[in-house]
Amino acid sequence: METLMSILVGLLFSIGTYLILSKTLLRIVLGASIISHGVNLLILTMGGLKKGGLPLLGGNNLSYTDALPQALILTAIVINFAVTALFLVLCYRTYQVVGTDDSEQLRGNEDE
Amino acid sequence: MNNVVLLPIIIPLLTGMIMIIFRKNIRFQRAFSIFAILATGAVSVFLMAQIRAKGIQTLQLGGWQAPFGISMVADMFSALLLLTTSVVSFCCLLFAFRSIGKEREASYFYPMVLFLITGVNGSFLTGDLFNLYVCFEVMLISSYVLITLGGTKKQLRESIKYVLTNIVSSFLFLVAIAYLYAMTGTLNLAHLSVRIAEAGQDGLMTTVAILFLIVFSMKAALFLFFWLPGSYSAPPTAIAALFAGLLTKVGIYALFRMFTLVFYHEPQITHLIIGVLGALTMLLGAIGAIAYWDIKKILTYNVMVGVGFIMAGLASFTPVAMTGSIYYLIHDMIIKALIFLIGGTMIHLTGTSKLKEISGLIGTHPYLGWLFFIAALSLSGIPPLSGFLGKVYITQGTFETGYYWLGAIGLITSLMVLFSIMKIFMNGFWGETYLSEEMEKGTTKGLMFPIGLLTVATIVLGVGAEGIIEYVNLATESLMNPKLYIEAVFRGNVTP
Amino acid sequence: MKKPNDVILHSVTKAAVVIILTFSIDLFFAGHHDPGGGFIGGLGFASALTLLLLAFDIEWVRENIPIDFKVVTASGVLIAVLTGLGSVVFDAPFLSQTFDYFNLPIFGKTELATAVIFDFGVALAVIGTAVTIILSIAEDR
Repeated sequence: METLMSILVGLLFSIGTYLILSKTLLRIVLGASIISHGVNLLILTMGGLKKGGLPLLGGNNLSYTDALPQALILTAIVINFAVTALFLVLCYRTYQVVGTDDSEQLRGNEDE
Repeated sequence: MNNVVLLPIIIPLLTGMIMIIFRKNIRFQRAFSIFAILATGAVSVFLMAQIRAKGIQTLQLGGWQAPFGISMVADMFSALLLLTTSVVSFCCLLFAFRSIGKEREASYFYPMVLFLITGVNGSFLTGDLFNLYVCFEVMLISSYVLITLGGTKKQLRESIKYVLTNIVSSFLFLVAIAYLYAMTGTLNLAHLSVRIAEAGQDGLMTTVAILFLIVFSMKAALFLFFWLPGSYSAPPTAIAALFAGLLTKVGIYALFRMFTLVFYHEPQITHLIIGVLGALTMLLGAIGAIAYWDIKKILTYNVMVGVGFIMAGLASFTPVAMTGSIYYLIHDMIIKALIFLIGGTMIHLTGTSKLKEISGLIGTHPYLGWLFFIAALSLSGIPPLSGFLGKVYITQGTFETGYYWLGAIGLITSLMVLFSIMKIFMNGFWGETYLSEEMEKGTTKGLMFPIGLLTVATIVLGVGAEGIIEYVNLATESLMNPKLYIEAVFRGNVTP
Repeated sequence: MKKPNDVILHSVTKAAVVIILTFSIDLFFAGHHDPGGGFIGGLGFASALTLLLLAFDIEWVRENIPIDFKVVTASGVLIAVLTGLGSVVFDAPFLSQTFDYFNLPIFGKTELATAVIFDFGVALAVIGTAVTIILSIAEDR
């Protein structure tokens, strides 16, 4: 299972990298958010994929899952949510002000 | 347990949140933000006194003991940086009062600065790797907002690159954390140090260490500095000075923490790479600083030279070099904010950042000119000022370890820095005064005080080195001896 | 522009919002011992508000819920942090929590915990942030 997940993570990373390297701003945002999913899956996989009950007191489970990676992912998701929202608004605003969403034309020049 | 450790994070966070509620009242926001910074500064002085008397201070959040809960740790290194942060942000805020403009003030400028300081202080104090990531993000998200605040074309364009670079490096940070968790099963820094010391730092662990090196290099602008010149020249002066003083330094702090506490077993690999990267950064930064004729560009390239030089100390990894690095780090935070503020004032006065169009400012603004002269001397390390001692110690350290090339590059780049900064002085302040006071685009009214304050700070740091070096030595001791840190975190309970 | 006729969406939303809100409050209180809590409860609450925004005009929602959601975020964080600071007064580490059982008139023996106040702050912060993000993206056209 871990191997399969690793392959999936690799796939998500390559798709995300491809999208980030493209020219359109919207694709870059999408690429960043796909990589973030890859990262979250990676954290989950690295914590070890275990079967078991909730790591809460009072349950009748013999084995428990590791709660830490899940807590980490929850935090990472929240942060990525905020960052992606900000990035999206920023790109949209740039598109409005500069008038282009082509990163080639966003390079800028020395004199303006 | 010591709840004071948390106050430098809580104070700016609380005041920032209260300010969001009172958005309309700018005067209240100004007074309150100054109060918050002063309170944070006072707390860090208090912390320094406590650490000096009783050793490293810790706090386990919610009473959950060390490897399970989140620890906050304040050693002398963090406390010194906390105090410097307060000084720098105090001056930048004073500068912002006069220069930032009504529109930005109304769109949450002050709360964002305070959140930035929350993130910076949090990164200095945390004893948990994932918490470090969270604090980094708090700092970065506020910096994204600050860099775009105002929304001019140039700001938007540069901030997209800045935001994207930092998003990618944050992903790499998370990846590195995931690998480290898989290999050690913990994220508490002290616990990590224990586990890695037990299991030994094998090839795989060193690879993870290098992944961390890449992540923090990106944040600290160590060799991976391609994002820095553009993004630091886009925002207004007060914000750029705050960034130059604080942001890259947090990356440097993280590098110091990770490579003295956790990954210190293979210095011939990791620390040598740091040294090479530091040397390259110094050289490239100095070449950039000499090549450009634009004030903002020259200053941003000087930021990199500073980063490279501090890293030379970490690379040599001897007590002397570490003392030099810590001392130089404090100096660098103050001096970079100072030269950014002065450079920004010059641009504010003349309306251009092109050095060839500026001349003879000293005729109309003698104080500004001489303060810049002092800052320039301090930056390049002329004896009574603060840059000198750090340079001597770092160079001595590199020679002790046998990294002669590193020390030599450090000294050569110092000369290049002196040249680049004198270029600003000779062209901008010397020469024929053809800009009379009536023709200027702005005034220096109210801007001189923060600049003067930072200049006093750099002079005090240089002249009063005798007293300060005692604290710096304590910081070096806690960095060079990971046992102290580990014992402080696991105080009272058995190391698992 | 012809006004679209979305009677079904409107009537379903009116019923669904109440259900979602109730469910999110239930999730919020479940969080003390079972899966749930301030974060998820807050997200549920925000999703109900988003549904309102989708079905009706932004102006209409603005008129009926005249709250600045940034202030909601700020007060949420304030509540959470101040709850954490409360433990400092009793000389316990920051964020320490406590609970006790009380006999309340209607509920009988009830467990009251300080963690709920903290969670309430988290819920407010989440609601505020989520709605602010959606509003600021939606308002601009």
